[in-house]
Amino acid sequence: MISLELYNYWVVIFLMMAGFYILIASDHLIKKVIGLNIFQTSVFMLYISMGKVSDGTAPIAVEGVSNYSNPLPHVLILTAIVVGIATTSLALALVIRIKEAYGTVQEDEILVMDQNADHGTSSEGPVHEQKLPKADKQ
Amino acid sequence: MIIEHLPALQVVLPLLAAPICFLIPNNRLAGLFSVLVTWVAFVISIALVMATQDGNELHYSFGGWEPPWGIEYTIDTLNSYVLLIVSGIAAVVFPYSMTSIKKEIPQSHHRLFFTSMLLCFAGLLGMTTTGDAFNLFVLLEISSLSSYTLISLGRDRRALTASFQYLIMGTIGATFILIGVGLLYALTGTLNMADLAMRISSIGESRTLQAAFTFLLVGFGLKLAMFPLHLWLPNAYAYAPSAVSAFIGATATKVAIYALLRFLFTIFGVEFSFEAMQVHWLLMPLAVMSIMFASIVAVFQDGIKKLLAYSSVAQIGYMLLGISLANATGLTATLLHLFNHALMKGGLFLILGAIAYTISSTRIDDVRGLGKAMPLTMAAFVVGALSLIGVPLTVGFISKWYLILATLEKGYWPLTVIILISSLIAVVYMWRVIEKAYFHPRPEGSPTASEAPMSLLLPAWLLISANVYFGINTDLSIGLASSAASMLMGGPN
Repeated sequence: MISLELYNYWVVIFLMMAGFYILIASDHLIKKVIGLNIFQTSVFMLYISMGKVSDGTAPIAVEGVSNYSNPLPHVLILTAIVVGIATTSLALALVIRIKEAYGTVQEDEILVMDQNADHGTSSEGPVHEQKLPKADKQ
Repeated sequence: MIIEHLPALQVVLPLLAAPICFLIPNNRLAGLFSVLVTWVAFVISIALVMATQDGNELHYSFGGWEPPWGIEYTIDTLNSYVLLIVSGIAAVVFPYSMTSIKKEIPQSHHRLFFTSMLLCFAGLLGMTTTGDAFNLFVLLEISSLSSYTLISLGRDRRALTASFQYLIMGTIGATFILIGVGLLYALTGTLNMADLAMRISSIGESRTLQAAFTFLLVGFGLKLAMFPLHLWLPNAYAYAPSAVSAFIGATATKVAIYALLRFLFTIFGVEFSFEAMQVHWLLMPLAVMSIMFASIVAVFQDGIKKLLAYSSVAQIGYMLLGISLANATGLTATLLHLFNHALMKGGLFLILGAIAYTISSTRIDDVRGLGKAMPLTMAAFVVGALSLIGVPLTVGFISKWYLILATLEKGYWPLTVIILISSLIAVVYMWRVIEKAYFHPRPEGSPTASEAPMSLLLPAWLLISANVYFGINTDLSIGLASSAASMLMGGPN
């Protein structure tokens, strides 16, 4: 029984699964970040759909209107969007550093390089020093 | 009275200190400042433990907005106990890190390191204090994001991939928690934990409730490294700077376990979690698998940090096992192990930091002969190892004792056997390190090693001697754990 009235929830589920699939299936680190974004965005839409009250208007006090949508999920999602941006930017910063240290952003290639580094020696060494970028002097 | 404001101060203090720490131009001052903050936070948590000791609850509504509308911070026996663990470990690890990072992190990043540590600390404290489900998600992300940064500061480039992997898995976990909280909100129209508990108990069977429960369970499972979801943990602990491994290893998974307990017992209630959802039949096999699997994998590690990381996965298995027994003794064992495992893993990781500081390596092959070269350090390692194995007179024994009592109380004797077997495996993997350190000469051509500086040894010995002290004088830990456990079993408030 597929009800089209709740089609936005179907969109949410589709996006959620698509994002999750990219996250699992892709070897490319940037694509993983994109998958993560799609996955998170679907949850934002889930919250916003929840806040809709049928026939409700935007939650701004206006004379003659008594039926408002619930503003709380919107506020919550505003916070979650900020968290999402922080996560994405941190992830991209890490990808840049991974590219500098390994010369590639393909997870399978990185895995092979790490295994070769382990070969014959062991984990936790030999150390492949990563170059930390200079922090800005204040 | 200041006591009214302590629940908020506990979190707000380190949160505000983080940007201030960033603005301090001198590395040493920034370090000292953050140490001071953690000590004040530790004092606050002691005050909170004393205030909630006799079953009192402290409530703090932010901005004067009454719950359930505003965000409320609630302190009861359970979270004051977890706060004590987190801030106690921080109060030891922060002074330690001032020396430890000198050789591991370039000078230009020291200030940023302390800023991230404070943020991570604030996030963990906040997750423990908050009485609001959505607020928990936000604070979880604060602590997670800063821990990804901290892990990526490791010297080896593999720290970067470890951090990225943790970021992906951690964010999936956090998003699952967000979905779970959203479904609960859709169902009940509230985010306040006490309010949620009240409204959920009056809802009958509901598919939404079951879905929310499952999403939250998987989300927290990812954050606390429950067996098949633990893949991020070994690399993250192994390649992070030593001080970070000690801090995150001793606190982050503990706070995630606390959050899981809060949802299972306070919000969903014992009846729903264990009777309607039968969660113990999911947790128990997973706990057993993580105990056995991770212990065995730990035996085959060449790096001591990775070995301890796998052993952490096994110890998390003990805590989940205690939860899955669903009786007061099992829960006491879980809570005791939160405290005890923080002491032993914190101590052991601090010692590894001292070893890494002296010989710049933590491979098992490289610690050969250190028993003679660094007697104090290795002696501390032996005591920590005994505690991890669960030898009497150490804290490890106390928590295993309670866990075994709980399994016998239920009549699940095969579980008792599994706990004993895994303790024997722990003997094997810890012995591999001790044997190399005491019964082999220093390899030729290796740099001469001498005792680590006091600023590293002192904090390490402090945690290690706490292992022995709380193994003998168990009044504090058992008293707090059992009263928190009986509060949880007694249902919502």
